[in-house]
Amino acid sequence: MHEASLAGGVLRLVEQAAAREGFARVRRLRLEVGALAGVEPRALRFALEAIAPGTCLAGAALDIDTPPGEAWCMACAATVAIARRGDDCPRCGGRQVQPTGGFELRVLELQVDDDRQAKETTPCA
Amino acid sequence: MCVICGCDGGHGAPAGGDSGGAIVAPNGDLHFGHGAARVAVPGLDAARTLRLEADILGENRRVARRNRHHFRAHEVTALNLLSSPGSGKTTLLCATLEALRARRPALGCAVIEGDQQTTMDADRIRATGVPAIQVNTGQGCHLDAPMVEQAFGRLHRHDAAPGPSLLFIENVGNLVCPALWDLGEAARIVVLSVTEGEDKPLKYPDMFAAADLLLLNKVDLLPHLRFDVARCIAAARKVNPLVEVLQLSAVSGEGMPAWLDWLETRVDAPLDDGR
Repeated sequence: MHEASLAGGVLRLVEQAAAREGFARVRRLRLEVGALAGVEPRALRFALEAIAPGTCLAGAALDIDTPPGEAWCMACAATVAIARRGDDCPRCGGRQVQPTGGFELRVLELQVDDDRQAKETTPCA
Repeated sequence: MCVICGCDGGHGAPAGGDSGGAIVAPNGDLHFGHGAARVAVPGLDAARTLRLEADILGENRRVARRNRHHFRAHEVTALNLLSSPGSGKTTLLCATLEALRARRPALGCAVIEGDQQTTMDADRIRATGVPAIQVNTGQGCHLDAPMVEQAFGRLHRHDAAPGPSLLFIENVGNLVCPALWDLGEAARIVVLSVTEGEDKPLKYPDMFAAADLLLLNKVDLLPHLRFDVARCIAAARKVNPLVEVLQLSAVSGEGMPAWLDWLETRVDAPLDDGR
């Protein structure tokens, strides 16, 4: 369950943004979890929902983009799509496949609310 | 002052859904863009969008980088040992520390032991005379860079004899979670024992993909097992074509000299792992 630690990291990034930008609450949070990032999006969603109450993220909708895994196939001399590490090339079946993309693990953007009236009752204040 | 009409505020409460987030003045005028962004965008009303593009593991990476500089400044070669529980990491470490003491007495060694609970492993290391710090992660499933930073601060003696030294970081026994956390190590060593499945590198590819060295442990048991060494190494190379592989047994001593050579090469190499 390393997703719980990662959820803590997401919350910290959002709290830092709140301190910097002074918004009242988060409406929508958009993350990016690549197919080869070593993170299960469902587990991360579960962990974020578990820690959200009483924090900046309470009530925020969560979107998780999942960029596909990409690899360089030596035989095809081309970038191919792979679902997981260790997959063979989907085009030629070759084994010399080096993952090159899909490692993303980022907070992409926050849709935040500056409503001053709402601020008194929300935790980002 | 309201940037829309120049009035002194006093706008009413935010209106409901049909006014699209606008503030409705007592006279019925609508004021959009009352948020800090001072602009109304259809669909966003008072909200604004902040692009963060921030790495979730960024904070850990920063501390790991600091650890790496710290280790380098003290001529410490830090090695992150990873495996599933029961692969024989601690037994291998004890045998390694004793063999290194015989082979190269001047080489300083220290150990950071990661486990969920108990100090048993650190006690075993201390029994060999090597300083060790136990880090209990509680419910955590991995060591992170700040834990190693703190442990190293307690372990490392600034008045220690000058010269290179080795720091073994025995991670929590787990083939999944620790793969993601950079600790500032110079190399990652995955220990896989031949009593486990030979296809583990394919089942837990993230861990094996991140390894610099695969130690195949307990090879003294091979005559009693149906474990295909060649198939295991092929599986590891499939997820990590560059991984080095050494076969050894901490109990019989078989393969230990090559492992000690590998360690000495690491210690004596210029510390420019480039990370």
